Amino acid sequence: MPERPAIEVRDLVKVFTKGRVRALDELSFEAAAGTILGVLGPNGAGKTTAVRILSTVIRPDAGRAAILGIDVGQDPAAVRRIIGLAGQNAAVDENLSGRQNLLMIGRLSHMGRGPARRRADELLEQFELTHAANRPLKTYSGGMRRRLDLAAALVAEPPVLFFDEPTTGLDPHTRQEMWTWTERLVRGGTTVLLTTQYLEEADRLADKVIVVDHGRVIAEGTPASLKADLGATVLLVTLEDHERATKAAALLAPIANRPPVVADSSLEINVDDGPKAGSEAMRALDGAGLAVLGLVLREPSLDDVFLRLTGHRAEGAIAEEPPITAAARAAP
Amino acid sequence: MTTTSLRVDVATAMAPMTRRERVRWLFADTFTIAWRFLAAMVRMPDSIAFSAIQPMLLVLLFRYVFGGAIAGVHGSYVNYLMPGIFVQTVAFGAIISAVGMAEDLQKGVIERFRALPMARAAVVTGRTMSDLTRNVFSVILMTALGFAVGFRVETNAFAFLAGFGLLLLFSWSLSWGFALIGLLVRNPETAQLATIPILLPFTFASSAFVPVGTMPGWLQAFANNQPVSQIVNGCRALMNGGPTETHVLIALAWSLGLVAVLAPLAVRRYTRIA
Repeated sequence: MPERPAIEVRDLVKVFTKGRVRALDELSFEAAAGTILGVLGPNGAGKTTAVRILSTVIRPDAGRAAILGIDVGQDPAAVRRIIGLAGQNAAVDENLSGRQNLLMIGRLSHMGRGPARRRADELLEQFELTHAANRPLKTYSGGMRRRLDLAAALVAEPPVLFFDEPTTGLDPHTRQEMWTWTERLVRGGTTVLLTTQYLEEADRLADKVIVVDHGRVIAEGTPASLKADLGATVLLVTLEDHERATKAAALLAPIANRPPVVADSSLEINVDDGPKAGSEAMRALDGAGLAVLGLVLREPSLDDVFLRLTGHRAEGAIAEEPPITAAARAAP
Repeated sequence: MTTTSLRVDVATAMAPMTRRERVRWLFADTFTIAWRFLAAMVRMPDSIAFSAIQPMLLVLLFRYVFGGAIAGVHGSYVNYLMPGIFVQTVAFGAIISAVGMAEDLQKGVIERFRALPMARAAVVTGRTMSDLTRNVFSVILMTALGFAVGFRVETNAFAFLAGFGLLLLFSWSLSWGFALIGLLVRNPETAQLATIPILLPFTFASSAFVPVGTMPGWLQAFANNQPVSQIVNGCRALMNGGPTETHVLIALAWSLGLVAVLAPLAVRRYTRIA
């Protein structure tokens, strides 16, 4: 008998009346136990709203969701005992020390005083924060703070974790570090839902990726399968200006697997046979008197998946999601 | 890395809490949240110093600015004045409940609290309990300073301590109301501004500093019957003597009544918006 998915989401709808934003529009997905599900989407796609509903912070307007079979709407108290939350909104108390924060979360998770204290020390050691354990959080560097953030989600050893954009605003080095931590976690059988705007992050960490835009899933699969759907190779041609790129796109459409995408003075097409398509393209453009400034053949990335699906790049900001608590924590 | 697993299974997670457990956890979580604020305060000695300066300054200023000018009150004006200053100071001290609550709403830590199995109400009850604890210290400090500038208890130690208790109960009832303001306006600066138009008339158009008898009639009607005057009268009766029972009962009724109305409102407001 197949095991029930750790996270099940069915037709979730959430409308924010303030901006008349349909943040979630019948969002549905599943995550198998012990896997990392990457939820990929631009700012305002509804990722954070989904996490807030799944972690019982807000209620959906319609649809249902269950964590390990427990319905988030019917028994939010039980859900809170089996989840951990970390990321852009779930902060820690700036004025308390790292140890105090973990201790507080342990106590609020209804652990005994002794176990809460031991667990705090254990996590501080595990995340290499013992040296700063008694310093107020205000003095922590960005990387240390995120590590504590992650530790805070793990206090009660929840079997399901939500990481909402855990690396947004981090430098590449710290981001790498966070990835290593996350990978270690899943080895222990934890299910992780990770939202991100970074395709590289989903590519590196996720077993399965769902691409979310305007509150609905527009694609899902493993990172490899999503990329494979595009064709074997991406051909990137740079011309003199946008107008010429548009002309070139029309010219190259017959050799592409899908309609070409034009951005500024370049265009991208997906092809099966890269070298052949490259020479064909050169010939066609040459014949039309369009000067080619650059021509690149490469493996498709999740970025290409994104561009293809949404018609825009992943990091192009869309309207900000309206937060209910103004949780605008300044990035350190 | 982890020796014993804390991991809960689904059945344990779904086991409903008994009423008794719920109450127990409400108290435990309130304690934890109150501890959170007090632990943070201890880390900011400068903020403790400044919050201690205000009550001390009020005692000294009122004692020496008004103390000389206003005579004609029976007995010592210092003794008359001091309970009024105590009440005024705890009333102004309640601003921190409004500002603190609004500040908290703007922080992400509330979001994490919402995802924890804690009692939701504890975020507000913990706030008012930490403010109560802070008020204990500020009232002790004010009393000590009061004694230093000539304040004397005219009744007995027991009655004085009862007055002290009445003062703290009133401060606690205000904490709920001011926390509610913080929850309504949601912005620390606005919260601070919103409390002033409430505090000024209630503390000054009262029996705190001068007998109500010199005020115009319409103002007397307000001054005589509003809670600050009632608490001042109760404290005065307990600390300076005179007819006690009615004043104290009215003061108690006001404080308990305010808690009974404001506490559920604040908790409800919090669970609605956060």
